[in-house]
Amino acid sequence: MVSGSAPPVRANIVLTVNGSLRRLTVDTRASLLDALRETLGLTGAKKGCDHGQCGACTVLLDGRRANACLALAVAQDGSDVVTVEGLADGERLSPVQEAFLAHDGYQCGYCTPGQLCSATGVLREAARGWPSAVTADVASEPPLDDAEIRERMSGNLCRCGAYQGIVAAVREAAR
Amino acid sequence: MRIEGRAKVTGEAKYAYEYPAEDVAYAFAVTSDVARGEVLSVRAPELPGLITVLSCMDPPDIAPVSDAELHLFQSRTVSYRGQIIAAVVAETLETAREAGRLLEIEYAPHEMDVELDADHPGLYRPEKVNGGFATELGSGEPADAFAGSPVRVDVTYATPAEYNNPMEPHATLAEWTAPDRLVVHDSNQGSVVVRDTLAQIFGLDPEHVTVVSPHVGGGFGSKGTPRPVPVLAALAARAAGRPVKLAVTRQQMFATVGYRTPTVQRVRLGADPDGRLRAVLHEAVAQTSRIREFAEQAAVATRHMYRTPNLYTGHQVVRLDVPSPSWMRAPGETPGMYVLESAMDELAYAAGLDPIELRVRNEPETDPDTGLPFSSRNLVACLNEGADRFGWAHRDPRPGVRREGRTLVGTGVAAATYPAMTMPAKARVRANEDGTFTVSIAAADIGTGARTVLTVVAAETLKAEPDAVTVRIGSSDLPRAPLAGGSMGTASWGHAVARACEALLAKLGDGLPQEAEADTADELKNRPQYARHAFGAHFAETAVDLDTGEIRVRRLLGVYAAGRILNPQTARSQFLGGMTMGAGMALMERGVLDLEFGDYLNHDLAQYHVPVCADIPDIDAAWIEEADPHLNAMGAKGIGEIGIVGVAAAIGNAVHHATGVRFRELPLTPPAVLPALAAHGLTA
Repeated sequence: MVSGSAPPVRANIVLTVNGSLRRLTVDTRASLLDALRETLGLTGAKKGCDHGQCGACTVLLDGRRANACLALAVAQDGSDVVTVEGLADGERLSPVQEAFLAHDGYQCGYCTPGQLCSATGVLREAARGWPSAVTADVASEPPLDDAEIRERMSGNLCRCGAYQGIVAAVREAAR
Repeated sequence: MRIEGRAKVTGEAKYAYEYPAEDVAYAFAVTSDVARGEVLSVRAPELPGLITVLSCMDPPDIAPVSDAELHLFQSRTVSYRGQIIAAVVAETLETAREAGRLLEIEYAPHEMDVELDADHPGLYRPEKVNGGFATELGSGEPADAFAGSPVRVDVTYATPAEYNNPMEPHATLAEWTAPDRLVVHDSNQGSVVVRDTLAQIFGLDPEHVTVVSPHVGGGFGSKGTPRPVPVLAALAARAAGRPVKLAVTRQQMFATVGYRTPTVQRVRLGADPDGRLRAVLHEAVAQTSRIREFAEQAAVATRHMYRTPNLYTGHQVVRLDVPSPSWMRAPGETPGMYVLESAMDELAYAAGLDPIELRVRNEPETDPDTGLPFSSRNLVACLNEGADRFGWAHRDPRPGVRREGRTLVGTGVAAATYPAMTMPAKARVRANEDGTFTVSIAAADIGTGARTVLTVVAAETLKAEPDAVTVRIGSSDLPRAPLAGGSMGTASWGHAVARACEALLAKLGDGLPQEAEADTADELKNRPQYARHAFGAHFAETAVDLDTGEIRVRRLLGVYAAGRILNPQTARSQFLGGMTMGAGMALMERGVLDLEFGDYLNHDLAQYHVPVCADIPDIDAAWIEEADPHLNAMGAKGIGEIGIVGVAAAIGNAVHHATGVRFRELPLTPPAVLPALAAHGLTA
């Protein structure tokens, strides 16, 4: 046997997840994504790459889009997390969710939770006038046109290639 | 709207890794660090929470199957870098990962051979190529006819290793509910084939194995044949005596779940001055691994495309110390039609013909391969319809003359084809007492919309409202059905569902409930012989940036003749998805081989680029009405793959039209494009 490392270090944290206060004990090596999926059983956020390269794990962390696979759970103590499970208001889907359904903005569905959280974040960012890399005049309040949507949604890969539907859905939800 | 749509947008849709299991343990696969060699020792760390280690030092008792990739831990020989050679099982995911990192593996590395070369001394002709097709076929005197042709194109193209990269990594939750009973939740394109394979490997009655896969996060061929993941999960669960979850990492996927082989292809086209083909020769070279022969059928599509009295198609492969290539969306057609359709564009220039006209002039009356009549063939209609929609009529054929600021703009066209298969399947339909219907079939929905389309088929046949029909799929316990692959899912499943519904209709007079089953094997065995293929045409407009060499697709149009389209929304999505993957193939996708370590080095999504939202402009898919009575109950051809076929050629042809430069190696990235533009004196 070769020498191993020390036993896992665990920590107690408190998160507000989809509006509910959740107390949990996490391995300090655990990502927020794994804490959500394996500890809280909230499997809506997906693991596509675990390296912040695909966006399938996108959640709203304190109101902003974040890759949950790149956030250590222990460092999020006290944070507010919204996952895809928290986008609807009870049985009523959010406008972004409705628009994805109407425009077939998904196929296999695995990137979809991340796309939906990302799109929800995009609408907020645009509403606040935040520019993107394709905004010509960063001091202006850019309209959320197709070029802006495509740019802002490009952190969320969809291998099925549902981008046409995704852009149409975000455009409609922005109205 | 898709039937499972709401579940997918609320996060309720569960994928394999996401099912709860009591006392579950976590496995992590450990892969080789050398491309060729022997494992000398595997030493496990002392780590609290580590339950067990599996490796070739203690081979588990399993039976071999035809794919040696699944015969896990039976040999100490390493066949490629990234091969699964051990696994750890631990109490938590974090500990499993740490244990995998700490596992000490000693190798005796051997000299490796990893580079595909069209002159490799190890090249050989496989007995058959993928799909069971003949390795070599010839008619007439192709070489002589080519030599004697007034107009000739003799070109060699290269395509790189490409990776399926479904968004959901291959994953399995395995649970032994009794010593001889195995239940797995698994991410695959067909639960029955996984069930049968696991039963064989573990010596179980297939009835004692259940594979559950209601939602699958994409596959594109990589989940079509069982990969090592479900086998390893079941081994780990047996060793741990507990349910075990396993997912490969994104990085591990590049070596463990298949990819599209790189190819080198030479095409020779000989024609009369009016463009009529005298000779077509298509030779394809590809690689395979030491432990599994996979021979990409890159030249097979050429057997069905154009009329010529002299035709040769042949394949060679070489075994290298590389991961096993496998199916990736339209294996064969995708790399093969890229080359044939690029060469046809070159011939159009050589003959001074419009590329659409060239194709129309070479349209065959019967299948050039078999001589059989086509069940339907509407390639010319697709080309014409596409030309109308795309505005082809006013195209100036001259290359390199359309400058817009600091870019050059051009348009290109290419044909597409894919076999229209219908395979035997079983289905069961029940008329319930409340007037609803339940359809059961072991189909898979990997994002195709199978549930939705089968509901349409059943409702139509039963003359019922779709709301009254519930379709159960995604489990090997349901009536046997083929996988979602080869663009044959909907055709095969829908045919069986329609037949079962017809049988049920005949019984409905006898009161409720009633049940009927169908097995389409005999019917399909006895149907008349036709060449059954879908056809299509792709049109692209590209802009080439003279400062950076960056190529942007501005417009992309696909027009298809694929029998009856059963659901316009999901069909359109599938076509567009194939075209998007084709754009990735043209412009960015490539596994970069590291000759020092024998590894495809860019094995993650930061370095292996797939199209993102900003890469894909307004692209469009359309289809022509095609009534084909020789297919199946619906008159439908599969559509999962044809959307990618020929897209890279259309884009490459557009780039040539824009610049006058012919690129013959994919992908068309700025580092490849910019120096070539400069060499041709093209600057901003």
